[in-house]
Amino acid sequence: MKAPKFNYIKAETRQQALELLDQLGEEGRILAGGQSLMPTLNMRLSQPGTLIDINKVSGLGGITLEGNVVRIGAMTRHVEVANSPIIAEHLPLIAEAMQHVAHHAVRNRGTIGGSIALADPAAEMPACVLALGATLVVESVKGRREIAAEDYFKGLYETAREANELLVEILIPVEKLGDVSVFLELAQRHGDFAMAGLACVARVSNKTFEDLRLVYFGSEDKPTLGTGAIAAVVGRTWSADCKEAAANALANDLDPMTNLQGSAAMKLHLQKVLTGRALDAAIERAGAA
Amino acid sequence: MNEATLEISLTVNGEQITKTVPVRQHLVDFLRNELGFTGSHLGCEHGVCGACSVRVDDAVVRGCLMLAVQADGANVVTVEGLTETGEIADLQKNFVERNAMQCGYCTPGMLITAAELLHDPKPVSREEIRGHLSGNFCRCTGYHAIVDAVETTINKRLEEG
Repeated sequence: MKAPKFNYIKAETRQQALELLDQLGEEGRILAGGQSLMPTLNMRLSQPGTLIDINKVSGLGGITLEGNVVRIGAMTRHVEVANSPIIAEHLPLIAEAMQHVAHHAVRNRGTIGGSIALADPAAEMPACVLALGATLVVESVKGRREIAAEDYFKGLYETAREANELLVEILIPVEKLGDVSVFLELAQRHGDFAMAGLACVARVSNKTFEDLRLVYFGSEDKPTLGTGAIAAVVGRTWSADCKEAAANALANDLDPMTNLQGSAAMKLHLQKVLTGRALDAAIERAGAA
Repeated sequence: MNEATLEISLTVNGEQITKTVPVRQHLVDFLRNELGFTGSHLGCEHGVCGACSVRVDDAVVRGCLMLAVQADGANVVTVEGLTETGEIADLQKNFVERNAMQCGYCTPGMLITAAELLHDPKPVSREEIRGHLSGNFCRCTGYHAIVDAVETTINKRLEEG
């Protein structure tokens, strides 16, 4: 399995990358870490006219803390996110999720921006940025645009980013003092595509969830907020009844897809199990804090 | 469409090389077919099996998920290079002693991935070794002997400081 023929341009500057994207439209594809794009090329599932390689463009990487916001450059590789003290301290949800992001060699090359731009339904970072209320910054020759994570993920590999726009930054508000987060995922082999998973951010007081966000991935066509499950839990003292109510409500929140990772029925079951585990863990972590 | 090509210059196993390559050629096809470094294997060719693992600028990567043209200016090391420098001689000896390979197809990828744990060795659990190697498939051994060989090598290096 070899990649089909394509043209290849190594962009030297951000401006050049944006101009190429603008000129080429749908014919141009950004090559970031390549850890999802290259397999689709090798399997001939995609056939772009021109690859625009942005690996040598400066100013697209790096992690900085600016006030209450962590700014992550789109070309920041997973390994850098995983090893970042800023992420460990201010975004523990992402630090925990990183343990599930592919395998060692893939993390050395894959990028956070690539993962969010592609919006694979089984990917961890889209779920995390939705759970954390992040803002995604895209740029085109016409200028810069900020998109809330809620408005960004539209469907299967479909996002609010236009064909001439480059995802350049991810802005994530730091997790608030006193909040707890939990990230859980089930895969057939550690690091493989998720069968089911969720990102949970919660504020807990006296074993009661005061505020809660549950974002599910791996089962839906895009990261999905479990609004019914959240409503079933918030304001109630955590109990076995409460856990069951959340699981029951989840059946209306999710509409799982059957794929190679599992059937719809199994995925719904797994998401229910993970919900109970995540909320138990959140209560425990809040108690320990 | 004509085959687009580009000239690249890179270091492979310590040797400076300049070649013109098709832009769609991935790194391992370049290493194997153009340079004859057949130690890097192709299993799945879509990033799942890890047999093609090579070191690029000090980081292990999937050689099938990187284009040769992207290695322009890079320092690439294959299992041949690691063998020549003696960097993993102890690991290789322990693989043989523990019979950590049967058909040997996954072995170069296993060695080059495990080598990252040996750089600056720290005490690691067997679970951590398994986690580190989770991206490398072995269809023969059942992994136990591989984990043994890596564990023995790390412990020995830690003992000897």
